[in-house]
Amino acid sequence: MEIIKTEKLTKYYGKARGILDLDLTVAPGEFFGFIGPNGAGKSTTIRTLLGLITPTSGSARIFGKDITKERESILQDTGYLPSETSFYPGMKVKDILKLSADLRKRNCGAEAKSLCERLELDVSRKAEELSFGNRKKAAIVCALQHRPKLLVLDEPTSGLDPLMQKEFFDILRERNREGATILLSSHVLSEIQRNCTRAAIIRDGRIIACSSVEDLSKTNAKRITVHGSVSLEHLSGIRDRKDSENSLSFLYSGDMNGLLRALSAGQVGDLTVTEPDLEEVFLHYYEKDGEKV
Amino acid sequence: MTLVRHELKQGRASFLIWTAAIGCLLAICIFLFPEMKGEMDSVNELFASMGSFTQAFGMDRLNFGTLIGFYAVECGNVLGLGGAFYGALCAVGILSKEEKDKTAEFLLTHPVSRKRVMTEKLVAVWLQITAMNIVVYAISVGTVAAVGEAIPWKEIGLLHFAYYLLQIELAGICFGISAFLRRGSAGVGLGIAAMLYFLNLIANIADAAEFLKYITPFGYCEGADIVSNGRLDGVMVAVGAVIGTGGILIAYRKYTRKDIR
Repeated sequence: MEIIKTEKLTKYYGKARGILDLDLTVAPGEFFGFIGPNGAGKSTTIRTLLGLITPTSGSARIFGKDITKERESILQDTGYLPSETSFYPGMKVKDILKLSADLRKRNCGAEAKSLCERLELDVSRKAEELSFGNRKKAAIVCALQHRPKLLVLDEPTSGLDPLMQKEFFDILRERNREGATILLSSHVLSEIQRNCTRAAIIRDGRIIACSSVEDLSKTNAKRITVHGSVSLEHLSGIRDRKDSENSLSFLYSGDMNGLLRALSAGQVGDLTVTEPDLEEVFLHYYEKDGEKV
Repeated sequence: MTLVRHELKQGRASFLIWTAAIGCLLAICIFLFPEMKGEMDSVNELFASMGSFTQAFGMDRLNFGTLIGFYAVECGNVLGLGGAFYGALCAVGILSKEEKDKTAEFLLTHPVSRKRVMTEKLVAVWLQITAMNIVVYAISVGTVAAVGEAIPWKEIGLLHFAYYLLQIELAGICFGISAFLRRGSAGVGLGIAAMLYFLNLIANIADAAEFLKYITPFGYCEGADIVSNGRLDGVMVAVGAVIGTGGILIAYRKYTRKDIR
């Protein structure tokens, strides 16, 4: 049974498009990435799954339960980290954590203490006195302290310093190893590439690609960096060319023999051929109207 | 009852300020009575000769020389307006503040149904209004005893009960409005309370507008009617109960389907 399964999930805000015919499946124990530019529909998808907004049509199930009919039961085993964190005025962090645990009718004291220690969060301070990063940490503890089976994370690392980001992903990987399923929505593609097993790319409200991160990154194009002087004018299949004083770099998807001939005719001091990173692939999903590079 | 406790804590400062303000104003009014009692002949004459103003506040049907006559007009206005403002403020922001302060994402992603959220918030509003009225009633009765006047238990009790019902009805209306709002609720609540207050003044002045008494909850809080009849107008209270309940039902209907942005 899938942890998340949506079928033609659609949301319109009046006449404005939110998401369209979204089909998404997340299997148990997956660390699943969700990628897309601003306004693509990532947050709408997440908010629909969590019951904050009602779908216009289509259906979605989490843990096999209907998101509109069994919302409370789903949320009992779900932890959500929003991209922007707001808490009630005048409340200390420990009161917020207690409120969150009480709303779940669970005693999460020990787990909360452990998480706060790992994230170096001072629970005696009022939420409004905290920096953006520390508010984020409080939200992370709220999302994790009840040890949910599903974690939905929306831009989780914004505001966290690199050390805390590392600690945070260490915790997530531990939870993932223990069986938790993680849906990670992020603009930071290196995070997705490092941590996720599968990912979906959403654009204009539609899923335009969904596969393993390895497959998404796989492409017939290579990043070629040449130090020296070569003429590439007659070659086709060159994109994203960056010239500097004594080197040039480009994505190449043309005939490899043609490239080798062009290189051998020139003066090459050094040559590197690498796979493009997910960032480059991702950009092309947008530039090329969804076609894979 | 987690949310009830949470809302009571969140509303504590507002509760203390409004209760202290209304209680103090009532106590000051009552402390003024013994001094004014000696000058009542001239005061009665003055108040009885202010035309529409006299009618608007029911001063043509009350004797200012008695504590209850004085109390019904002076303290009635303080408790009526102050209580209405507090009741409206309590209720009108109770749902909308979650979206305005962006805490809805925190609250509504916990395993709590929206119906339960609304019910607990409504209970918190009722508890705050009830507690405010108990404290204010105790201050009033205590102050009347302190100035050495006999306590007209029945009339004072009826007046306070009527204003309590008014606040509950107004809270019901504002609760309904709160379900629709996403921001800026305080002005709406205060505006509605003030509008309903003035509707009653208009109904008192113009015979043609008397039907307004059935719309505004201030209609069944008319001190002159309560003191002279020794009871509240059952029809007006029933209409008020229907309006207040309607507000609550509309809130449930709207908020359980509302998209939280």
